[in-house]
This record gives sequence, C-alpha cells and structure tokens, in this order.
Amino acid sequence: MALEESHVRRAAHLARLAVSDDQASGFVDDLSRILDMVDQLQSLDTEGVTPLAHPLDATQRLRADEVTETNQRDTFQRCAPAVENGLYLVPRVVE
Amino acid sequence: MQWETVIGLEVHVQLATRSKIFSGASTAFGAEPNTQACAVDLGLPGVLPVLNEQAVAMAVQFGLAVHADIAEVSVFDRKNYFYPDLPKGYQTSQMYHPIVGPGDVEITLEDGSTKRIRIHHAHLEEDAGKSLHEDFHGMTGIDLNRAGTPLLEIVSEPDMRSAKEAAAYLKAIHSIVTYLGISDGNMAEGSMRCDVNVSVRPKGQEAFGTRAEIKNVNSFRFVERAIAFEVERQIELIEDGGSVVQETRLFDPDRDETRSMRTKEEANDYRYFPCPDLLPVVLDQAYLDHLRGQLPELPADKRERFQNELGLSAYDANVISASRDMAEFFEAVHSECGDAKQAANWVQGELSGALNRENLSIANSPISARQLGELISRVLDDTINGKAAKEVFQALWNGQGESADEVIDAKGLKQVTDTGAIEAMIDQVIADSPAQVAQYCDSEPEKRGKMIGYFVGQVMKASRGTANPQQVNGLLKEKLDALL
Repeated sequence: MALEESHVRRAAHLARLAVSDDQASGFVDDLSRILDMVDQLQSLDTEGVTPLAHPLDATQRLRADEVTETNQRDTFQRCAPAVENGLYLVPRVVE
Repeated sequence: MQWETVIGLEVHVQLATRSKIFSGASTAFGAEPNTQACAVDLGLPGVLPVLNEQAVAMAVQFGLAVHADIAEVSVFDRKNYFYPDLPKGYQTSQMYHPIVGPGDVEITLEDGSTKRIRIHHAHLEEDAGKSLHEDFHGMTGIDLNRAGTPLLEIVSEPDMRSAKEAAAYLKAIHSIVTYLGISDGNMAEGSMRCDVNVSVRPKGQEAFGTRAEIKNVNSFRFVERAIAFEVERQIELIEDGGSVVQETRLFDPDRDETRSMRTKEEANDYRYFPCPDLLPVVLDQAYLDHLRGQLPELPADKRERFQNELGLSAYDANVISASRDMAEFFEAVHSECGDAKQAANWVQGELSGALNRENLSIANSPISARQLGELISRVLDDTINGKAAKEVFQALWNGQGESADEVIDAKGLKQVTDTGAIEAMIDQVIADSPAQVAQYCDSEPEKRGKMIGYFVGQVMKASRGTANPQQVNGLLKEKLDALL
C-alpha cells in the first residue's frame, strides 16, 4: 500500500505524537514496509476461519463485585503537574 | 407536504454494581473528587483490568428481559480518543461482539395502545470521568471517580415515529432496569442518559432522511422537547430548500433548542480494535438459565395481570406497573383491602399527590401499604365516609396514630348512620336557618337541588363530618320538602 506523508501526519495527530518533518518521511518508509507485510498476510485464504479476538485460547476470568480499593488520592496526585480541591487540573478543554 | 419523524435512541444505563467494571474501586455517588479512582481507573502503567461478574450478570438480565439473544462469546474493544476525562486514551467498550444481541420492548402509548420497539443490541462499556469547566485559573478540573463505572448502552432500531413514542420507550427501559434492580435509573444524577437520533422523511417514503444526533437529553421531558424542536428545525430547513447535515447537536434545556456541536473538520476516528488486556467473555447455557430463573415479574407482565386479573383500566395498570416500588405497594394495599380499583385510586390519587408535594418516593412513604389498605377497608365497610377517610389519611401521614382504627377512635370519625341522630341534627339546622328555609321554599323547584347544598354543609359541620352524606341528603330533602 502506498503511504503518504499526510497519512503519517494524521496518525500522529490522532495519537497526539509530535513528529518532526525529518521523522515524518522516515516513518513513511517504515510504516509502508509494515503495511506491505500486512498485505502479504492478507493474501492468505482465511475463508471459513473465525476471526480471533485474542491469541490466547482462554476465556475471561471474572471477579466478585467487591470494593477492594482504598482512597489513595494523595499518593496518585503527587505525580500530577497541577491539582486543586482534589481535582486534577488540565489545560482548558473547550468543546 | 406530510412529514414522518424517525427516531432511534441510545440509552446509557449506569449499572448498580458496588465496584467498577474493571477495578475494585467504589462506584458510590457523591464522594470527594478522585477518592474513588484507583490505579486501574487512572490508567497508570502496568495495570490490568479484571471484569466484574455482577456487571456481566446485569447485562444478561437486561437482555433476557427484552427477549434478546445473549452472545455466547462477547469481546471488549478499545475505542481510542483523547480527552482528559479518559485517562487511558481509550474507552473499553464492545464494538463488534456485544453481550446482548437483538431484542424488543413493548411500549404503551397514552391511548392505551401498545407498540413493539426493536433493540438492535446492548453492550457493556466503562464510563468516563467528569470535566469541571468552572474557572480554575484558566484550567479545567478533572474528577475521575466516575471513570470505570459500568455502563450498559442500549441501542434501539429507528422504530419510533413521534416524540411521545420516544418518551414511552425511555420510560419502558427505565421500568425494566429498575424492576431488575440493575440501575437506580436516576436521570438527575446521570444514572440514565440518552442520545437521540432524529430524522424526517416525506410520508410514504421508504428511505430514511439524514439524521442528527442529539446529546445531553437527560429527562423524559427533555426527550420530548428536544425531538419536537429538532423535527421542526429539520422540516423548516428542507422546506426552505436546504438539507439536513449529519452532525451531533446539543440540547439546551434552558433555551429549548438544539445547537450544532461544531465538530472540527477532522472527523473522529476511533480505531477500534480488540482489547488485548481482556479475554473473550464466554457464557454457557446453565449460567443463562440460572439468571433467567432469578428474573422478577416484569412491568409488561404485571400490567397485563393488573388488567386481566384485577380488572384495572389500561391506564391505571400502565401507571401503576411502571415503577416496581409503586406496583408492589399497590399489591400490598390490595391484599389488605381486597378492592383493586379502590387501592389503585388511593395509590394514584391521595398517596401520589402527598408524595409529590413532599418530594418523597413511594419507598419512603410515611404511610405503609398495610395502613392504607386498612383505611380503605374502613371506607368499604362504611365505618367512615370519604371525607373522614381523607382526614384519617392525613393523620396517618403525619404519624398521629399507628392504624386507621386508632385514628378513627381518637378523632371520633366513625360515621353516623343512625337515622334518629341524623334527623336530630337536621331539625336543629332547619330551626337555626329560618332565612335559608324561606328562600328554599320560595324558589323554583329546579333550583332547590342546588340550594340544598347549604343545609348538607351545615349538617355535616354539626356532625363534625361524620354523618353519612347520602343519608343526610335524602333525609334533608324529605324534611325541607315537607315544609313547602
């Protein structure tokens, strides 16, 4: 698949990654090679094969509905850049 | 041109688990900010989600209640987007293999007719935190207590054709989840939230029009108002030669309008993929049978039984069965007094009125079902009349007495049915009111019927409300007409 720099920029934006111009062209090559490999995989005939949601042949264990966590707000907020009245502060979000 | 409205609803129901869907943090409402957000909810490195069995059971119970296919295998996916109240950078949801497949719900319209609304599917997901946009020195405050609270998103087919049908559907879902006890259904606290998809098309046209999605529609009333506004907006737009744009709009209840949420040119791209931290959820038949055995009698079944076995009207049966608490209260009143119609009248009338005035739920009624049932029995066996019954009700409501009989004795409300006693009071009233008696005798015969009201009032007053009103009426008429 032919990947263009605009694709890389869009993917980087969606993942909130800062990508410099130099890096962007490098990523075009790297990602194109990955996609080529995916193309190769897709040439396999998977007719009649159930898609796999998880590589492990196991099922989800469930936990009992019990409150097991205690309040550790002070510990968690020690690594936050800004807090006030128990809230984490972030740059203003406007919809 | 005649237009037809097409509506589909996405209802998010907060499940009433004690702990979160993927962590052991508490889900209790109203705690101090961030005191119930643990490492898993915060998305700290190295944490792993473990699914809450109760959330699964609740989703399945809902599915069974709406006659849905329950997925033998369901899978969690990551829905990726950046927003500060979603610390992991993705919401764990179910995109491709939801736990609850197609089902249906019966709704009852105002005229008593019913309609079946199909459910496309319902899936489990986690709630996000809350952003507080009050000014924190130009920053936004984030409370992650709600992050990770289990949600069941119930997606309907576009089967509703009016705002009333949409509201009835929302009420039906509310009834079902509260009957099942899988959610408190409290819309004011956000336990049930609703997005509405609305489009219009010329009547008779098969293809759907372009739809708008309205967010933030968080009460039964708002659903109707938001749809009414949106339908009018879309019809005007089209009739003026424009066309509806597929977009997300926000309902503003203060201004009673919907507004475009001006999305950036770049559309969201959620890049769903199966969550590698969670394995497929596999449910076997024995488990489903076990949950099916635990289902309570559901609103639709109760409604039908109230109508067919107890003889309630379609309207009464619908109103009373809508809430499990009210239905059970009614059933207890009925078993005490034995008269379903009277029980329904008192529960919907006097009791609901008093509860509304004091903003109480029926579960917190100061009058118990047994007390109310006994009170009704005393009306049915003619111990007290209707007026005294209201007084007894008020006394019981205020806690003045344990039982109706106690209040009736204490207040001397026992109905006077002794003809001699009533006649004595009537004679006294007639003797005390010569002017009114003269007026009565002088007036046209057809006007006398109305004038008798004055005398009835006086006699009832003299008996302190305890005289049997039918007897008073009959005897008064005889005595007054004898004076003509």
